[in-house]
Amino acid sequence: MESRTLRALLHDMLLARAFEERAAEEYTRGNIAGFLHLYPGEEAVAVGVLHAAEPSDYIVSTYREHVHALVRGIPPGVLMAELFGRKDGCSGGLGGSMHLFDRERRFMGGYAIVGETFPVAAGIGYAVAMRQLPEAVICFFGDGAVNQGTFHEALNMTALWQLPVLFVCENNRYQIGTEIHRHSAVAEVYKRACGYRIPAHRVDGMDVLAVHEATQAALAEIRGGNGPQFLEFETYRFRGHSMADPGLYRSKVEVQSFEQEDPITVAIAETVPAYPSQEQIAAAGPDSIARLSEHLNDAGHLSTDQLEAMKAEIGRIVEQAVEFAANSPEPTMADAVAALECNRGTEVLI
Amino acid sequence: MAGEVLYWQALNRALDAELAADDAVFVLGEDVGLYGGSYRVTEGLYARYGEWRLRDTPISEGGFTGLGVGAALVGMRPVVEIMTINFALLALDAIINMAAKIPFMSGGQFPMPLVVRMPGGVAKQLAAQHSQRLEQTLMNVPGLRIAVPATPQDAWWQLRQAIRSDEPIILLEHELLYFSKGPLDETAEAPPMHRASCRRAGPDLTIVAYSRMVDLSLRAAARLAEQGIEAEVIDLRSLRPVDWDTCAESLKRTHRLLVVEEDSRFAGAGAEIVAGLTERCFFDLDAAPERVAGRELPIAFNASLEAASIPRPSDIVAAGKKLCAR
Ligand SMILES: Cc1ncc(C[n+]2csc(CCOP(=O)(O)OP(=O)(O)O)c2C)c(N)n1
Ligand SMILES: [Mg+2]
Repeated sequence: MESRTLRALLHDMLLARAFEERAAEEYTRGNIAGFLHLYPGEEAVAVGVLHAAEPSDYIVSTYREHVHALVRGIPPGVLMAELFGRKDGCSGGLGGSMHLFDRERRFMGGYAIVGETFPVAAGIGYAVAMRQLPEAVICFFGDGAVNQGTFHEALNMTALWQLPVLFVCENNRYQIGTEIHRHSAVAEVYKRACGYRIPAHRVDGMDVLAVHEATQAALAEIRGGNGPQFLEFETYRFRGHSMADPGLYRSKVEVQSFEQEDPITVAIAETVPAYPSQEQIAAAGPDSIARLSEHLNDAGHLSTDQLEAMKAEIGRIVEQAVEFAANSPEPTMADAVAALECNRGTEVLI
Repeated sequence: MAGEVLYWQALNRALDAELAADDAVFVLGEDVGLYGGSYRVTEGLYARYGEWRLRDTPISEGGFTGLGVGAALVGMRPVVEIMTINFALLALDAIINMAAKIPFMSGGQFPMPLVVRMPGGVAKQLAAQHSQRLEQTLMNVPGLRIAVPATPQDAWWQLRQAIRSDEPIILLEHELLYFSKGPLDETAEAPPMHRASCRRAGPDLTIVAYSRMVDLSLRAAARLAEQGIEAEVIDLRSLRPVDWDTCAESLKRTHRLLVVEEDSRFAGAGAEIVAGLTERCFFDLDAAPERVAGRELPIAFNASLEAASIPRPSDIVAAGKKLCAR
């Protein structure tokens, strides 16, 4: 993989982490209210998947979708403004954290009713298939959502009609406080897709490169006209389900063991080469030197200094996002009515 | 020129016209394709337009109605047929949480040119689970529009208008109306989709009704006339929005209001009509408004009990007489 791409993946993961941690702070300060579901720990999934997507693809997501929106290219300030409930937010302050929309970027919404993303994605896929376009629909959902009827209904319909939908399960092992073995008879989510003849794979969701690669392969299948594909990414959320959740149902040991696998640490390890010492090179012998230098070329070049500079730049971006949000006006009641009637046009009702 | 057609035929012609006019229109639902629709509404269309535009679906009301929502988001014009309204309970999330809310909660970014058609009401001994009236449930949802055509002409007009609108619209059809006959003039200009229509003029009282109850009210009005009471009958044609002005103008002339609904009385559609008109016309009214409505019972299988559970013309006559005696 090109070092530019590697750097972009790492950048977006770092930005995602910083954005979400800042959102948590702003929530504590009272600038964000309501339900706030954060993504730390799961960054490799959104970043790996969405970097493999084309701008012409459609994205459908859940209420834990800030990072999907961010990686899709919605400016951080516009996102933060939506979390603040302000007029300049991507949904005009009328949607909030759980309902991020951006028509231009084909970000087709965050849906807060578990299981809604499936039929929406199927419907967009139906339209794409009818128009015979080379587009795909990426449908995000959690491990808990697969027990909803719409999951099975949509898998059946997309497989039956060979719709271009990529199902992306973010398996973070929890449905709020219920661990997967307590909510699902079959804990290997990808196996469920077999019941509908949908090709499915389980992938390490803490490894952004693995996520990216699996997504590219799945999207290639879809664009080849082979119908829906299914990817289960095993991941973990470091925080509670939402800001209201202290997460008491998980043991410290469990959380810590997953924190060891922090996808950002993994990505840094994959991006920032650890230069071997002269002694190591000598010990490895001549063949290994060739191998090592090859690896350094392949793995991309990002020095520790560059990493620090990247983090500092991200810090500024997030700071500016908060500033933008704080300075954005509140939407008015007239804005709300206009949104409700946005499709009325010149139609006379009575 | 106006010829006589059945209600289902008017709907069929409306679908045909819109499918022909716009490639973005497609119909989906159980048995709408090859079979031709449980009430024949899509008869012949599968052969003409093919399976992508007349899509037979699995029995997944929530899934395929939601699929319609997704397709509408990207500019398709899906017409979802829910075989009967009873099954729409499984699709309420798609209708209420999705179709009605997405344009709003996206800050006005997305169109929702979705039509959901469903036959409902009390037919002939279909028993409790197949004799539902859900208008009150849907009326309480900002963002939805609800049309209730009572005649073939309105079925033709309102279905076409619904398909052309970019807003989510529910078409409540009545199972007993599909085989009722009436004139259809395909060239006549349509009134606005939600405007009420005065079906009979009379100075003594105003009967406000919708869907199948319009016909019953007209029959009752004819009997009242024999007894010297001339009723005005207004067909609402729409339950959201409601054409208050047409009703209010009538009440200025008649000063008496009788609302007829097949829906159960408590918190039914009629409750809103009476409340809305009382607010608007309190000082025009000479008597407290009356409601003739369905009983507070699930619908019984037994034919006599079924008939007694919803308004009959005799109930409307009795209520009209009582109202005019005040
Ligand atoms: C239909 C429905 N039921 C319940 C809820 C409440 N709820 C919100 S998130 C959630 C857990 C979902 O878990 P999962 O799908 O694994 O997603 P995660 O939050 O782990 O990302 C529940 C039960 C809801 N929003 N919608
Ligand atoms: Mg989960």
